[in-house]
Amino acid sequence: MFTRRQALLGAAATAMLAAMPPLAAAANETEIAALPREKVALVAPPYVHAHEQVATGGPKVVEFTMPIVEKTVVIDDEGTEFQAMTFDGSMPGPMMVVHEGDYVEMTLMNPETNPLPHNIDFHAATGALGGGALTLINPGEQVTLRFKATRTGTFVYHCAPEGAMIPWHVVSGMSGTIMVLPRDGLKNEKGETLTYDKVFYVGENDLYVPRDEEGNFKTYESHGDSYADTVEVMRGLIPTHVVFNGAKGALTGDNAMKAKVGETVLIVHSQANRDTRPHLIGGHGDYVWEQGKFANPPAKDLETWFIRGGSAGAALYTFLQPGIYAYVNHNLIEAVELGATAHFVVEGEWDDDLMKQVAAPGPIPMN
Amino acid sequence: MHLTLLEAALGAAAAIAVPLTAAGIMAGSPVDPAMQPAATVVVGATTLDFPLPGEFLAVGTPAVAPVERAAVGAFQIMKRQVSLADYRRCVDEAACAAPDARMVQADVPVTGVNWLDAQSYAQWYSKATRLTWRLPTAIEAAAAAAERFSGDAFSAAADDPANPAVRWIRRYREEAAAKRPPDPKPKPAGYYGANSKGVEDFAGNVWEWTSTCYARTILGEDRDVVDSTENCGVRVMEGRHRAYMSTFVRDGKSGGCAVGTPPENLGFRLVLEDRSAVAAAAARLRNLVDTIGTKIAQENGK
Repeated sequence: MFTRRQALLGAAATAMLAAMPPLAAAANETEIAALPREKVALVAPPYVHAHEQVATGGPKVVEFTMPIVEKTVVIDDEGTEFQAMTFDGSMPGPMMVVHEGDYVEMTLMNPETNPLPHNIDFHAATGALGGGALTLINPGEQVTLRFKATRTGTFVYHCAPEGAMIPWHVVSGMSGTIMVLPRDGLKNEKGETLTYDKVFYVGENDLYVPRDEEGNFKTYESHGDSYADTVEVMRGLIPTHVVFNGAKGALTGDNAMKAKVGETVLIVHSQANRDTRPHLIGGHGDYVWEQGKFANPPAKDLETWFIRGGSAGAALYTFLQPGIYAYVNHNLIEAVELGATAHFVVEGEWDDDLMKQVAAPGPIPMN
Repeated sequence: MHLTLLEAALGAAAAIAVPLTAAGIMAGSPVDPAMQPAATVVVGATTLDFPLPGEFLAVGTPAVAPVERAAVGAFQIMKRQVSLADYRRCVDEAACAAPDARMVQADVPVTGVNWLDAQSYAQWYSKATRLTWRLPTAIEAAAAAAERFSGDAFSAAADDPANPAVRWIRRYREEAAAKRPPDPKPKPAGYYGANSKGVEDFAGNVWEWTSTCYARTILGEDRDVVDSTENCGVRVMEGRHRAYMSTFVRDGKSGGCAVGTPPENLGFRLVLEDRSAVAAAAARLRNLVDTIGTKIAQENGK
C-alpha cells in the first residue's frame, strides 16, 4: 500500500524519467572528438541554410561562425536610420538548424571595428546563462562555445552582456533562432511524419527610436550616442517600429516570400523581447508548435498563434489557393502602422470550390 | 477718398470688403489688402484621351478603365502646388486645420493635408484673394499635367477570369518593380520643374487632390457604362500614378489599400474659377487698388 506521499514521489520520478532526453548519456571529450564534424555556412533570413529534415547519420558536431556587425540600417520607408547591432549582419541573426543530440560549436567574433562587447545566450543550451557567461568578448576577440542540443524545438538566441546592456542589445537587433529537429523529423499528434518543401524564418523586432521636439525620428552618430535617449523610449514599452526581418516592408515586393499552391511551408517566427501573434491572412496554421517545442504535439487548424516574448514558434501550412497573402502580427496596429507585415506570393490554380465571387460588386438591386 | 469710393463700388463683388479708409492710410495704420494671388497658368481648351477613374467591371470581372476622348475648356490653374507658407496663413487665421507636414526649412508645398483641408483652404483662399478658387476635377488635373499625366499606372484587367490570383500577382510584381527608393521629404517649389504647359512640380513626390469622386462602374458588352455607384467619401488623386484616398486621410501610406505603392505625400493646387469679363476686370481693378493702398501705407509707414 502506497502512502499518498510515496505515490506523488513515484509520479514525479516517472515524470522525470519521461523528461530525460533520450541521448542523456554523457560523452567524454574523446568521444566528442571522434564525432563527424560539419561546417555550415549561414544564410541571411528569411532563408535558412540547407539541412536534412530526418537525420541520416548519428550525432555530429555542427560548426557555425558568426561575426557581430554593428552598423547603421534604414528601418522604414521614411528612411529612418537606426544604430543596429547584429549577429552576422542581419536583423534577425541567421537561423541555425541541427538535430537533437548534435553538438553546436559556435565561434563568435567581435571585430575590432566594433566599440561594444557582446556575447550569446542560447535558449537551447543548458548552463552558464545559456552560454552567455562563457562568451563575453571585447572588440578584437573571438570565442568558441560548444553545447549539446538536448531538447528539440525552435529556440531564441540573443546577446546578453549584462545589466542594462541586455535589453538594449536585444532591441538593437541582436537575436536569432536555432531549430533543433528531432532526429526522425517533425511529427503530427499521431506520430506520423510531417515534412516541408520550404522553410522561412521570420524574426520580429520591436524597435524604440527616439524623436526630436518636432516629432521626427532622431539620428545618431554612434550606438553610444543613441543609448540614453533610446533607453528612455524603451522604458515606455511602446515601440516606434515592429518589423519583420529588420525593416518595415523588408519581406514585401521583390523580397516577398514565394511559394506554390500545394507546397508545404514551415514558418519559424521569433520574438526575443515581446509577445506577438502571427496570422496568415487568407490561410491557416495546419500544424502549429506555438511554444516551438517539438516534444509537444502540434496544435491544428489555428487562425492565429501566440509567440511569447523570448521564444520562437513554428507553423506548418500547405497553400491551397494562389494569390498575395499578408503574414502579419495580428495586432493590426502593429502590422499596419508599425510595420509587422510580410507577404507571400503564391502561384497556382484557383480553387472555385474553396472560394468564388458569386456576384461581383454592383448597385443594390431595386425591387 | 478716391480709393474709398472705388472700394465701395467693388465691395459688392468682393467676398470680404475691407474698407480702405483714407484716414487709415493717412494715419499709416495696418491695412488688410487682398492676398496676392498665386501665379496661375492658363491651360488652353484641349481634347484628350482620358482614362476614366475608378473601378470597372465587365461581365463580373475587373476590366481596364475605358479611355474617353474628352474636351476640356480653357481654365486657369496654380502654377505651383499650394505652399506650406500660404497654408500656414490659413491655419493662423483658424480657417484651416494644421497639416501633418514634415518640418522643413525651405518654401515647400504643403503636405499632410486631406481633401477636407483642401476644401477649407480653397474657401479661405477665395476670401483672402477675393477670387474664386476650387479643386480641379480629375480631367482638369490630367489636362494641366499634360505629358506628365499617367492615370492608373497598372492595368486592372482580369488576366484570367477563372483565376483572380493571376491579376493580383501581376499587379503586385508591377508595383514592386516600379517601386523607387523612398524620398518623401518635400522639395522646394520648382524642384521637379515645369511641364509643357508651364505647370510646375506635377508628378513629383506630392500627389494632388481632385474634386472627382471614386466610382465603381459596370460596363456592358460594348464597354458602354451600364451602371455606376459613386462614393464621394473617396476622391481621385493624380500624381506619379493615380490614387484613391478617403477624404479624411492626410497620409498616403495609411490611405492606400493593403498592397500597392501608396503616394508619398498628399497636397493640392487650385483652379481659379472662370469669371466673366466684368468680374475679371473688377478683380484686376481691386488688385490695383490694393497694391496702391499697400504702397501708400508703406510710404506712410516709413
